[in-house]
Amino acid sequence: MPYIPHTPEEVAQMLSVIGADSIDELFDEIPKELRNDGLDSIPARQSEMAIQRILSEKGLLDGTPMCFAGGGAYEHHIPAAVWEIATRGEFYSAYTPYQAEASQGTLQVIYEFQSMIASLTAMDVSNASLYDGASGLAEAVLMAIRANRKVKSKRILMPASVSPVYRQVVETIVKNQGISLELIDLDSDSGTIDREKLTAQTEAFSALVIPQPNYLGCMEEVHELTDWAHEQGALVIGLVNPTALALLEAPGNWGKAGADIAVGEGQPLGVPLASGGPYVGFMACKQKLVRQLPGRIVGRTVDLDGKPGFSLTLQAREQHIRRSKATSNICTNQGLMATAATLYMAFMGTNGLQKVAASSVANTQRLMALMEKIPSVSLPFGKQVFHEFVLALDVDADTVLERLAQEDILGGINISRNYDSVSGHKNLLLICVTETKTEADLKFFAATLGDIVKAIKEGE
Amino acid sequence: MNTTSVEQKGEALIFEHSDPQRQTSSLAPDVNISEISQGLPAHLLRKQDVELPQVGELQVVRHYTRLSQKNFSIDTHFYPLGSCTMKYNPRACNTLAQLPGLIGRHPMAHASMSQGIMSCLYDLQTMLMEATGMKQVSLMPMAGAQGEFAGVAMIRAYHDHHQDNGRTEIIVPDAAHGTNPATAVMCGYKVKELPTNDQGDVDLDALEQMIGPQTAGIMLTNPSTLGVFERKINYIADMIHKAGGLLYYDGANLNAILGKVKPGDMGFDVIHMNLHKTFSTPHGGGGPGAGPVGVSERLQPFLPIPMVGKNDQGYYWITENDQPLSIGHLSAWMGNVGVLLRAYIYALLLGREGMARVSEYATLNANYLLKRFSDAGFDIAFPERRASHEFILTLKKEAKEYGTTAMDFAKRLLDYGFHAPTTYFPLLVPECFLIEPTETESKEELDRFVETMIKILEEAKQSPDLLKQAPYELPVRRLDDVKAARELDLNYYYQE
Repeated sequence: MPYIPHTPEEVAQMLSVIGADSIDELFDEIPKELRNDGLDSIPARQSEMAIQRILSEKGLLDGTPMCFAGGGAYEHHIPAAVWEIATRGEFYSAYTPYQAEASQGTLQVIYEFQSMIASLTAMDVSNASLYDGASGLAEAVLMAIRANRKVKSKRILMPASVSPVYRQVVETIVKNQGISLELIDLDSDSGTIDREKLTAQTEAFSALVIPQPNYLGCMEEVHELTDWAHEQGALVIGLVNPTALALLEAPGNWGKAGADIAVGEGQPLGVPLASGGPYVGFMACKQKLVRQLPGRIVGRTVDLDGKPGFSLTLQAREQHIRRSKATSNICTNQGLMATAATLYMAFMGTNGLQKVAASSVANTQRLMALMEKIPSVSLPFGKQVFHEFVLALDVDADTVLERLAQEDILGGINISRNYDSVSGHKNLLLICVTETKTEADLKFFAATLGDIVKAIKEGE
Repeated sequence: MNTTSVEQKGEALIFEHSDPQRQTSSLAPDVNISEISQGLPAHLLRKQDVELPQVGELQVVRHYTRLSQKNFSIDTHFYPLGSCTMKYNPRACNTLAQLPGLIGRHPMAHASMSQGIMSCLYDLQTMLMEATGMKQVSLMPMAGAQGEFAGVAMIRAYHDHHQDNGRTEIIVPDAAHGTNPATAVMCGYKVKELPTNDQGDVDLDALEQMIGPQTAGIMLTNPSTLGVFERKINYIADMIHKAGGLLYYDGANLNAILGKVKPGDMGFDVIHMNLHKTFSTPHGGGGPGAGPVGVSERLQPFLPIPMVGKNDQGYYWITENDQPLSIGHLSAWMGNVGVLLRAYIYALLLGREGMARVSEYATLNANYLLKRFSDAGFDIAFPERRASHEFILTLKKEAKEYGTTAMDFAKRLLDYGFHAPTTYFPLLVPECFLIEPTETESKEELDRFVETMIKILEEAKQSPDLLKQAPYELPVRRLDDVKAARELDLNYYYQE
């Protein structure tokens, strides 16, 4: 019996201790009319070897295309040691560290994770992680509304330069609490927040979300935006990419006072693409907001002998203590992914992460230079980007992506439906380049895309 | 210079091994950082370098390997944490989920490069529908609590859609997980707490008085967190439905009933499943989880997107175009696909025969433990009742007689190499242990556990202080939680 170690003799002994004739008798409190053992549409059991073959075939079917898609999920090199260590049984098969003395490994890793995230974002404190960047942004919005006691508004300013799907997730999670998300338009020249329209806002709001770099790869004027929001009595939520923070100014240092909350997707820190999850959201804030922070938090303390140790702390915020008055319904964090992210940052160090970021920027600049030379293709928002840029085409973007897929290239994300009204272009691709690409990869991609565009135009 | 010995200090923090001069360049690309930074707008660049540790590769490996050895885990210890289903996580699930084509697939990969993964997810949807008796399943929610959120949000969307706007309350039993009331509030509802009777069943009289036109729904776990099956479930379902409310099933305890009874047959309109419990995906030190939701026909239009559909051309994503009344997206992509994939592989490894055996042996193990504890003189919270896959032991008598709390017993168990059961939950049973052995534990291990508890009981009688000071054998002694909360130290680089 798979994973069940009992011998028939042991089962008989156990039943005799219980005083039951059969295992089935143990279910005698379930009303008979409810009993239903139908599992017909579940296949019969197969061996590990047979299942390995099935899964290998599924993997081959999807292939391993050359990836130029980003949009919130980024292909980076993951040092081999990261997952060798993270999947050790002692990390992989442990649970939330409720018994601190028996969980010092996990607890110290999370304390180190919190310290690294706080350093990346230049914030005072971080939590132990959240499900992902999108739901993390929703939690940041809820937190900002709880925390902003100066402006008692349930209004949040949400720029169009924030990922469209992040905006949808926030909407789903906060809409039942009477919170309104005010969309701030995109400036179609720069691909950033339309600051004229933003500053024309007169109604009170609790917080402004500032993405850096934004969904289109462009860089927001974070200092100016932060100061303006603070002057309005609002809080600032910085939505940031952790790789970019190796080079770009950290939210804690934006403007005169710094952003109040930093949140983002930690996937670029050693977590595989894996079709979109499990990833790891991170959230950090200023010390004065720590009691409004959702999720698990680990603190350093001492034991009976005065020896340093770690435990979950500030649990009075959480659902298992506060129930209906908790800061969030969150129970688990993303412990294993946070462990991998900690390992990644420890292996990379300051210098390694800077190199990953710089190499991604350099490759992106190289690809943009190659793309610019292709006729009937343009860069509507310019070249001041981090590792993503928008490419405007005068042919159908879906057709281009489809033909690139035939050449085993994942050529980017079609964002035309989300941004057509602002850019004046009907066909927009969001393209990402990280450190994983070589000069040859970039040339191959640009040449293939050039050929496809040409062929489509000639076929018209 | 700090002269404290390593033994007193514990494992140093990774930051204490760092030297900014050290470079571990083999892991990073070779580039000239300053040259590249010049291309970016200067006023948006970081003025001060991020402070990450600069440590050699071997030293990092050794640091985290040593930290891992300070953990209890399923792979190393019996872990009878009630309500958490700490069963064996087959290694095949992890290895196969990392095959090429699966691990590196970008979530926005073209549909022609996604048929493999979509077929796995589609099959998993089908298997979960069969196991729970629900009409349709969405795999989207990333954890149990998010599944709960999706479920209650669907109840709300259903009432809103029918312009039934007077329903402002969700009923939650006092024994429920804390996530239940917290979720109801996140969905904009008031929580009405429902008492439990002395048999561990829902107090039907109290329920009757609570139900009305203001009732949006009820959140139930069955078997409940008290480790017993709610026998009047059909009657409760009828009552709620007659009042126009809906029933939500918290699937935390699905391991107890797999292949025996289906939430869909009990009258539930929406359920969430914890795949990291019943379908054995790793708990990972506290996540990731996966909390798919299943619904009855009337809630189908409101399921979160995307889901996977199938037509003549193959598999496709069901989006807002096909599902316009959906409560929406809960994650940027398709939830925790990597977790879903592990659950799918686990389901294939078990097959239909294996799946039914899960609840059988989980229940056998729980009832065996219950009887042995009872015979050894421990008090069982509901001695008249059959245990489900878990049961509650109350140490109230011991607390009174010897001054030793459930927490003292828990800490002493650690010394003997057992992870403690869930303590002080459910809140209504004093000094309680919620014990869930799971089906993957052997009789030998269960016997060892009982004998250890008997030994600790003897210690409590002879020298209660021994328990109160425990543990002794772990990397640290009992920790000062009050200091942790009062003098917050959450970040190596920042002290208040």
